[in-house]
Amino acid sequence: MKRNESFPSDLKKSYEYWRKRKHAKALKESCPEIKDFTTISGKKIKELYTPLDLDGFDHLRELGLPGEYPYTRGIHPTMYRDRLWTMRQFSGFGTAEDTNKRYKYLLSQGQTGLSVAFHLPTLMGIDSDHPLAQGEIGKCGVAVDSLADMEILFDGIPLDKITTSMTINPPAAVLWAMYIAVAEKQGVSPKVISGTIQNDILKEYIAQKTFVFPPRHSMKLIVDTFEYGAKEVPRWNTISISGYHIREAGSTAVQELAFTLRDGIEYVEWALERGLRIDEFAPRLSFFFNAHNDFFEEIAKFRAARKIWAQVMKERFGAKKPRSWWLRFHTQTSGVSLMAQQPYNNVMRVTIQALAAVLGGTQSLHTNSLDETYALPSERAATIALRTQQIIAYESGVANCIDPLGGSYFLEKLTKEMEEEAKEYIRKIDDMAGMVKAIELGFPQREIADSAYWYQKAVEKKEKIVVGLNAFAMEHEPIPILQIDESVARQQLAQLRKVKKTRNNTQVKKKLLDLKRAAADEKNVMPFILNCVKGYATLGEIMDSLKEVYGEYQEPIAY
Amino acid sequence: MAGKKIRVLIAKPGLDGHDRGAKVICRALRDAGMEVIYTGLRRTPEEIVNASIQEDVDVIGLSILSGAHNVLFPKIMSLLKEKGADDIIVIAGGVIPEKDIPRMKKLGIAEIFLPGSSTQDIVRWIEENIPKNLPK
Repeated sequence: MKRNESFPSDLKKSYEYWRKRKHAKALKESCPEIKDFTTISGKKIKELYTPLDLDGFDHLRELGLPGEYPYTRGIHPTMYRDRLWTMRQFSGFGTAEDTNKRYKYLLSQGQTGLSVAFHLPTLMGIDSDHPLAQGEIGKCGVAVDSLADMEILFDGIPLDKITTSMTINPPAAVLWAMYIAVAEKQGVSPKVISGTIQNDILKEYIAQKTFVFPPRHSMKLIVDTFEYGAKEVPRWNTISISGYHIREAGSTAVQELAFTLRDGIEYVEWALERGLRIDEFAPRLSFFFNAHNDFFEEIAKFRAARKIWAQVMKERFGAKKPRSWWLRFHTQTSGVSLMAQQPYNNVMRVTIQALAAVLGGTQSLHTNSLDETYALPSERAATIALRTQQIIAYESGVANCIDPLGGSYFLEKLTKEMEEEAKEYIRKIDDMAGMVKAIELGFPQREIADSAYWYQKAVEKKEKIVVGLNAFAMEHEPIPILQIDESVARQQLAQLRKVKKTRNNTQVKKKLLDLKRAAADEKNVMPFILNCVKGYATLGEIMDSLKEVYGEYQEPIAY
Repeated sequence: MAGKKIRVLIAKPGLDGHDRGAKVICRALRDAGMEVIYTGLRRTPEEIVNASIQEDVDVIGLSILSGAHNVLFPKIMSLLKEKGADDIIVIAGGVIPEKDIPRMKKLGIAEIFLPGSSTQDIVRWIEENIPKNLPK
């Protein structure tokens, strides 16, 4: 079959005839069960794509070969032929002991990387004995108040042999310091440890909402981690620039893509303003996307992301190292797409979403558990989620060749359209003087709220069908769920009391004061945080010292 | 029937930052002609109750997905009683295990809207359950 030559007028004529006389004519007499041919983001999809949709498409310029600029087909020349994506299940609940057990279980079942979910107090930088922590201890993730908890969390897990991602934002520097300290106690140098801290504050203001300090101070803290990491912890990804949460909050796929990449641009600009050299920190920027319901839209999104980022890094920022051009990303299947009604259906949803992530070339993947809408994953549900990845990897054949859907007329057209639409949004935010400014103006937040409301209405009007919810509903069948009881709180509070009693409190006071001074003097606070952490200062105490210097952020009320 | 607009306070108690549902509900209630006050994130029981009294609302909607409802809801309900504001109707939604629902209802929470609830059902419920024509 000949490709990429000027299309014989036969094809254009044949296609028009087919569309009007065959396709449209047959439809006139039918009553289709599906009435809406838009993606979950509302993007219209045609009935057929042909070479006519890729008129003038230059394969090497638009796509490149895998591992070659602009990396549309993959950032490595080998992709899964060399190494599968990391199977990295997000996990954490109760006490550090509880979670340590679950980590060991998941690793024994074939998981290949760790990912830590902290409970809400830790995410907000407060200790378990804070009044606001009441009722929250160990419920949404693992309780970590100090280095003592971190030591238990990774007990028996060799940090030179495993990589760990930690979902933590305002207190990211502190948890990272704890991890570094645990590794050192294991005799593992910071030069060797590898992993990721999410550490992406912009998307907190936009979507996930675990923010503490105001934007400018938060950005300063993040650049501190870039600077420290580049020198002292070179194998660590000091940020996971995220679209997952933006999407979960209700954005469309293009908004997820655009806001994430524009956040990335913002971080690069702030780091350059500090005086960091681009090729020193850019290779350690990483990304995190959602794998939502619309199969092809998601694959197109991932491919467009790689292409846009490569262009941004090479052309906009003038990065010289190819490693600076690579968009490396983790993916999580969409939590918000899973339903409480008929929860076993979620296994199929997760499978399709995970498949999209793999066909999109993700470096690392988390698959949600079927009990997502009820509770944290039970062991059984977490195992099924892991097996989903393993079946895709070993039984489906999709990892046999790189970017297997590349060349599909539909996919290439969709990728190109998403690229153009995302760039349009990026230009818009550039015109607003950047992402921090856009957030202050409430722009991304409003876009997301509008999309979320549109989608809810579409589901209620049955314009979007959700199986088991607004179609094919049946009587509810309860499933067993993980329960976190209040004994976790008692245990954790006892542990915290013990730490505060047995440490050298005079030393801790001094270290916290040194940190406060360093923050006020605008020094890089990482070494001071590390010092506090090693003295068993608690997370809350460290964050309070920083709050005294940076203040706290209040979100403007809008819906 | 001319009458005062129904006033609803939508609140996010505790540390939970998931506000997609709360915001969608705010808009839906506003579109249905109600007056909506949104508290924003991470409000204490005291703040929620004080705001409800200050704003003279008819309904409080509590949105929580973190599992802390067993501690926070009793606090809110007892504060409302303490302040003589327990005529305000309280409804809730989010991630609330079914086994906890009887206990929540015993506390005085009138209805719980679980994942998958439609905004129209919530609007209808409020309209049907607000005592009409009460002098204020």
